[in-house]
Amino acid sequence: MTAPIIDFQHVTFKYHAQAEPTLNDISFQIYPGEKVLIAGASGSGKTTLLRLLNGLIPQAYAGDTQGTLTLHGKNILDQTLFELSLQAGTVLQDSDAQFVGLTVAEDIAFALENDHQPVSHIKAEVAKWATRFGLGDRLNLAPQVLSGGQKQRTSMAGVLVDDGKLLLFDEPLASLDPAAGVVAMDMIDKLQSERDLTVVIIEHRIEEVLRANVDRVIVMAGGRIVANGTPTEIIKAGILPENGLDEPLYVQLLRQAHIDVSRLSHVANVNQIDVVEQKTAIESLKKPVKSNTHQIVKLVVKDLDFGYDKNSPLFKKLNTVINQGEILGIVGKNGSGKTTLSHLLTGFLVPDTGDIILDGESVLQQSIKERADNIGYVLQNPNHMITKATVFDEVASGLILRHVSSDDIEKRVREILKLIDLDAMRHWPIAALSFGQKKRLTIAAVLVLKPQILILDEPTAGQDATHTNELLQFLTKINQQEKTTVVIITHDMHLLANFVERALVIVDGQLLADTTPSELLANEALVKLASLRTTSVYQLANRLDITHPEELNAAIVHN
Amino acid sequence: MNNLFGYKQRDTWINHTTGTAKLIGFLALSTMGMISYDTRFLLGLVVLAIVLMQMAQIKYREYALMAKLVIIFAIINLVMVAVLAPQYGVQLYGTRHVLFGTGYWTMTQEQIFYEFNLLLKYLFSLPLAIILLFTTNPSEFAAGLNKIGVPYKIAYSFAITLRYIPDVQSDYRTISLAQQARGYEISKKAPLLARSKGAVQIILPLVFASLNRIETISQAMELRRFGREKKRSWYQEQAFATRDIMMILGAAAVVIIGAILFVQNGGRLYNPFK
Repeated sequence: MTAPIIDFQHVTFKYHAQAEPTLNDISFQIYPGEKVLIAGASGSGKTTLLRLLNGLIPQAYAGDTQGTLTLHGKNILDQTLFELSLQAGTVLQDSDAQFVGLTVAEDIAFALENDHQPVSHIKAEVAKWATRFGLGDRLNLAPQVLSGGQKQRTSMAGVLVDDGKLLLFDEPLASLDPAAGVVAMDMIDKLQSERDLTVVIIEHRIEEVLRANVDRVIVMAGGRIVANGTPTEIIKAGILPENGLDEPLYVQLLRQAHIDVSRLSHVANVNQIDVVEQKTAIESLKKPVKSNTHQIVKLVVKDLDFGYDKNSPLFKKLNTVINQGEILGIVGKNGSGKTTLSHLLTGFLVPDTGDIILDGESVLQQSIKERADNIGYVLQNPNHMITKATVFDEVASGLILRHVSSDDIEKRVREILKLIDLDAMRHWPIAALSFGQKKRLTIAAVLVLKPQILILDEPTAGQDATHTNELLQFLTKINQQEKTTVVIITHDMHLLANFVERALVIVDGQLLADTTPSELLANEALVKLASLRTTSVYQLANRLDITHPEELNAAIVHN
Repeated sequence: MNNLFGYKQRDTWINHTTGTAKLIGFLALSTMGMISYDTRFLLGLVVLAIVLMQMAQIKYREYALMAKLVIIFAIINLVMVAVLAPQYGVQLYGTRHVLFGTGYWTMTQEQIFYEFNLLLKYLFSLPLAIILLFTTNPSEFAAGLNKIGVPYKIAYSFAITLRYIPDVQSDYRTISLAQQARGYEISKKAPLLARSKGAVQIILPLVFASLNRIETISQAMELRRFGREKKRSWYQEQAFATRDIMMILGAAAVVIIGAILFVQNGGRLYNPFK
């Protein structure tokens, strides 16, 4: 039997800044040539585990470690971050911030430069790795003009120039759209088999990672390992949902049809799962696609022209409507105009010609502040919005600036805080909130102004299944109780499939489709244009020759 | 590409010269020019700088803002010298040729001549600085700094700053718009006090967002062994070619001419009044 590359025996770790250990009695081995997914919800300890592997603990984060942990048979704690980096290459989550070079070539070269290698050798290596990752003609480009996928490929090349045999990925899907995520997973799979690498992926999106044909899944919760087995074993055991993780959509569908998943073979692969006999049961789940039930027009975008550069207009005669009370999703590949459209609606940008009409009146003459009373906008990153020290003050600030009386402020803020379950914490410092709570807080701070339309930019980015579900429940509540129209800019597949009622597909400034998510995610051509992917439900329907797969997509809509 | 310092690929010999050679040339010429008060030497430098500027094919609109700022600064500087030390020229040159005015406010030929020398210093150093910044790739510039003895961690911090400036700018815009929507007025419509209050609301999240980013960057750099060795190589570093040697020799020749003039004048000053 070969010796493991990574061996953890009863490892317990506590950060100095915390009272309780973050990792508790962790034991596992990873063998050469394996592809292992370490899955867990936020706070499960998976990031801490990664930091122990690559040496950021104890170099960047101090704490107490007990137990034995070895890499290639040597104690990890006895080695420096630099020594470890030669054995284990890490691709961090934030593909933009980790891009330290001014150009693609310099970023790939970075590690070799630091090793003081001869420049001619560096140039040869950079050329080789750039070609392998399809970046050969982009060597002189700056990170600002690259897509998320290209930045991540640059990072991978920049780590592989070391010729290390162990690759660690920290949430590789977090900054990619679904289409780029598929490409990345295929690339990791191919790379691993070609170069006989050992790959460890830290993720909470199970369905997407399974595409990379992982050999093993280690599930973490509350700082402990709760399961360690093949993807098939893990899915059959049905332990993902109770640990804050989403099961693949097709598995959710099978469970909904009361099919005993644990008795099927090949359950971890939607293209191999043996469900021919269950076809009728699956087909019976079909639901007619709900067409738009919201008929009262709230906002009209009329003949809108806009371009950042006069010579290359982005929107030409864009026409669409937003209906009263609906949950609308705006999708499309990055840089194709989704955010620009939302900035035009909020008044951050001014259209060249055309009009935006809210309740029959043009809003173009209103200032950003006035517009915000009707159309609220929540940024993707909550840290970009928070300016106050406590929860109450943060929500109250918009009202104070609008000279609302203090009794009224108290009443309205408390109302909103009760709605988002933060009322008991209203005097808490914001720094003590979790990411998910901060996110809800920023939504509350916008909602307190009672906008009729709420626009959210990537509301689920960086959140696991539990937090996403909490957020969706909260949005459903305000949509139903406050009759707020919700507009979501997203490429989160689960959000689209489960929550959004109507989808606008915008690509290169063109409105390509105005449809339902169920139909969109069953339309291969449209999905490709929008940089999304089809659902695994659609793939299953195709394999079983089920007609109208969109009606199966509709079956898994959250309600 | 980053346009903060206006670097652009231009096909001229100055662009092709290595950053190190240009940096050495720039430092040599500007140091000598700052020390010397020989008007003939300074005039020579001005002519040289203008010729180099022509050769570098940098268009006026690319450096207009920078040029205007420096010229405004130069004018303020010259006026202030005239106001604060109107007799400095007399003191320096040892003679007194009155043009007009009386008492403290006497304007002399010596003072005018002295300030003309100051003006020449601005006139040659501005084009040289523009040439250096506009024809050198920022990473190559960092490599050049490292090569002439600046520790690489400091030299690299220059390149990394340029790398993240566009990101911080875009963060700033996003935050600013979101805060305006919350109701902070920072446009010209609001009174100054309200505007500065609004500005604080942008700075705070910007600082926190940037600190987060810095943490990730430093980790990403350490994970790829930045700081492990005493020296590092530079991808953008160019091997020295004949033209680099020529540039350094040319700069040395100018320095020697300046030094010879020191000896001839018996000091830094060229004095036409004796």
